[in-house]
Amino acid sequence: MPHSPSSPRLTFGAAAIIAAVVAGSAAAFAYTAGWLSPQRLTPPKLVDALAPPGGPALGYRRNHAKGICFTGTFESNGKGAELSQAQAFKAGQYPVLGRFNLGTPNPQAPDGTVRVRGMGLQIATPNGEVWRTAMINAPVFPVATPEAFYQLLHAAGSKDPEAMKSFVAAHPEFASFGAWAGDGAWTASYAEEPYNGLNAFIFIDPSGTERAARWSLVPAAPAVTITQAELEKRGPDYLEKEITERVRQAPQRWTMNVVIANPGDATADPTKAWPADRRKIEVGTLVVQKIEAEADGSCRDVNFDPTVLPPGIRVSDDPFPAARSAAYARSYDLRTAESRYYPRTPASPKP
Amino acid sequence: MTSPGPRFTALQRLLHWLMAICIISMLFIGVGMVSTVMPKYVPLITTHKTLGMAILVLALLRLGVRFYSGAPALPADLPEPMKLAARLSHYLFYALMIAMPLLGWAMLSTADYPIVLLGGVRLPAILPRSDTLHTLFWAAHFYLAFAFFALILVHIAAALFHLLVRRDGVFEAMAPLNPTTPRD
Ligand code: HEM
Ligand code: HEM
Ligand code: HEM
Repeated sequence: MPHSPSSPRLTFGAAAIIAAVVAGSAAAFAYTAGWLSPQRLTPPKLVDALAPPGGPALGYRRNHAKGICFTGTFESNGKGAELSQAQAFKAGQYPVLGRFNLGTPNPQAPDGTVRVRGMGLQIATPNGEVWRTAMINAPVFPVATPEAFYQLLHAAGSKDPEAMKSFVAAHPEFASFGAWAGDGAWTASYAEEPYNGLNAFIFIDPSGTERAARWSLVPAAPAVTITQAELEKRGPDYLEKEITERVRQAPQRWTMNVVIANPGDATADPTKAWPADRRKIEVGTLVVQKIEAEADGSCRDVNFDPTVLPPGIRVSDDPFPAARSAAYARSYDLRTAESRYYPRTPASPKP
Repeated sequence: MTSPGPRFTALQRLLHWLMAICIISMLFIGVGMVSTVMPKYVPLITTHKTLGMAILVLALLRLGVRFYSGAPALPADLPEPMKLAARLSHYLFYALMIAMPLLGWAMLSTADYPIVLLGGVRLPAILPRSDTLHTLFWAAHFYLAFAFFALILVHIAAALFHLLVRRDGVFEAMAPLNPTTPRD
C-alpha cells in the first residue's frame, strides 16, 4: 500500500465509509434509546400518566403519595426456610421499616376518599440481604399488564365519561378488582387491612428447586367495616391519627402467608387469584412497634422497589415487578431532585 | 512515556478492544434499559451494574499498563492541533472510563439501594444517602454518558480517517491483528 502521509486524499469512498459508520452508530443508539419509537411505553410516560390533572405533587412519590412510616420486627418462624434460601425465612427476628399509604398521587387526599391502601416493607437480615415489597389491600390487581395499567390511567384521568366504561368493557379482567372496590367494605384503620403482594415471584429452596409464590400479610386485628361516608366524616387524616394512637397502645401484628402455585397456575397475571386450596405456609409475623411521621421517618427516602430481593427469591414471568422497578426508580429520581419542595420539619433527615 | 515500538503492546490492544466492546455495550444497555418497562429491564440493569464495575477494574488496570508500556509516538507530520486533540481525547477517555462506573456506584449508594451484581455479589455503599448528591450523580452519569458516546463517534471517525485517508499507521498501532502498513 502506498504510504503517503504528506498528501492525504479524502476520496469519496473514504468519506462515505466514515459518514456511514458514524451515522449508523448514532442511529442505532437513538433507536435503542427509544427516540425513534414514540409508541414505546417508557418509565417517564408511565409515571407521567399517574399525575393528577393539576400536575404531580413535587417532592412526593408519584403514586401512593400519602403515607406514614413505621418500624418494627419480622418474627420469622422458620417454616419458610424449606421454600427459600433467603435469611428472612430462617427462624429469628429481623428489623423492618415500612410505610402505610394510600393509593393516590395526591399527598393531601382525605383518607376517606381512597379505596386502595398499601404497605411498603423492608426486611433486612444480618448477612446484608435486603427484601423490599410494596403491597395493597385489594385481593387482585385491576389489570393484567403494565400496558393495560397505562391505558387504565388514561381512561381514569379522561374527561370523557365514556372512557372508563369502554376501558372496562374492553378489559373483562378488571371485573374482580371492580367488585372489590365497589363492595363498600371499608375499615377505619390501616391495622385492619390485609396487604397482598399480588405479583408472583420464584422462590428458590436450599436444594435449588424453584416454585412460584405470592405473599400476603393478614392482620391480627379484626376488621370492623364502616361506610365510606362515615370514614370521611372522621376527618382527612383520620387513618394516620388512628394508627399512631393504636400502635402507641400496643404493637400491631400481621401474619405473613406464602402461597405456592400449582404447576399450570397463571403466574404472569395478577388479576387472577389462585384457587383457595393452594399450599399456604405461615412464615412469620410482622410486628409494627413504632409510627413515625413521614417527614421525620426512615421510610420517606426508601424506594420500595419490588425487585429488591434477597437471594432465594427472584422475579417470575409476571411482567409487573420489572415495570414497577423502572417506574419507581423514575419516581424516586424525580422526587429526590425536587426535595426542596417537600415540607420538612426541623427534625427531618437531611436531604 | 513513549514506547519504542510502532504499536501498542498486545496487552494494550487486547484491553483497548475488549473495553471498546464493553463500553459501547454499556451505553446501549444504559439508554435501552431506562426507556423500557418490559421484563428485560431487570436483567439489563443487573448486567449494566456488573459490566460497569468490570470496566472500572479494567480501566484501572489499563491505566497502570499505559504508565508502564507507554504509547507509540504519533506521526511526526501530524498537525499539532490534531496531536493535541488526540492526546486530550485519550485523557478524557481514561477519565470517563473511571468516572462513569464511580458515578453509577455513587448514584446507587446515595439512593440507599442495595447494590447487587450478577451472581448475587453485593457491593458496599461508598457514600451515605443524600437527595442532593443522588441528583448530582444522576445528572453527571446521564450527561457524561452522552458526552462519552459523542467522543467515541469522533474517535472512530478519526481512527477511520487515519486508516483510509492518511494511511499513516496510527490505526495499525491499535489494530487487533497484524498490520499491513506498519508505522515507521
Ligand atoms: C405498572 C404498574 C404500577 C406502576 C406504574 C406503579 C407506580 C408506582 C409509583 C410511581 C410509586 C411511587 C414509588 C416511589 O416514589 O417510591 C408506587 C408506589 C407504590 N405502589 Fe405501585 N405501581 C404499579 C403497580 C403496583 C402494584 C401491582 C402494587 C401492589 C401489589 C403496587 C403498590 C404500591 C405501593 C404499596 C406503593 C407505595 C410504596 C411506598 O410506601 O413507598 N403498585 N407505585
Ligand atoms: C462505563 C461505565 C458506564 C457507562 C458507559 C454507563 C452508561 C449509562 C447510560 C448511557 C445510562 C442511561 C442514561 C439515561 O439515558 O438516562 C445509564 C444509566 C444508569 N447507570 Fe450507568 N453506565 C456505566 C456504569 C454504571 C455503573 C457501574 C453503575 C452502577 C453500579 C451504573 C448504574 C446506572 C443506573 C442505576 C442507571 C439508571 C439511572 C436512572 O435513570 O435511574 N452505571 N448508564
Ligand atoms: C468505547 C470505545 C473506545 C474507547 C473508550 C477507546 C479508547 C482509546 C484510548 C484511551 C486510546 C489511547 C490509547 C491508550 O492510551 O490506551 C485509543 C487509541 C486508539 N483507538 Fe480507541 N477506543 C474506543 C473505540 C475504538 C474504535 C471502535 C476504534 C476503531 C474504529 C478505535 C481505534 C483506535 C486507534 C486506531 C487508536 C490508536 C491511536 C494512537 O495511536 O494514538 N478505538 N482508544
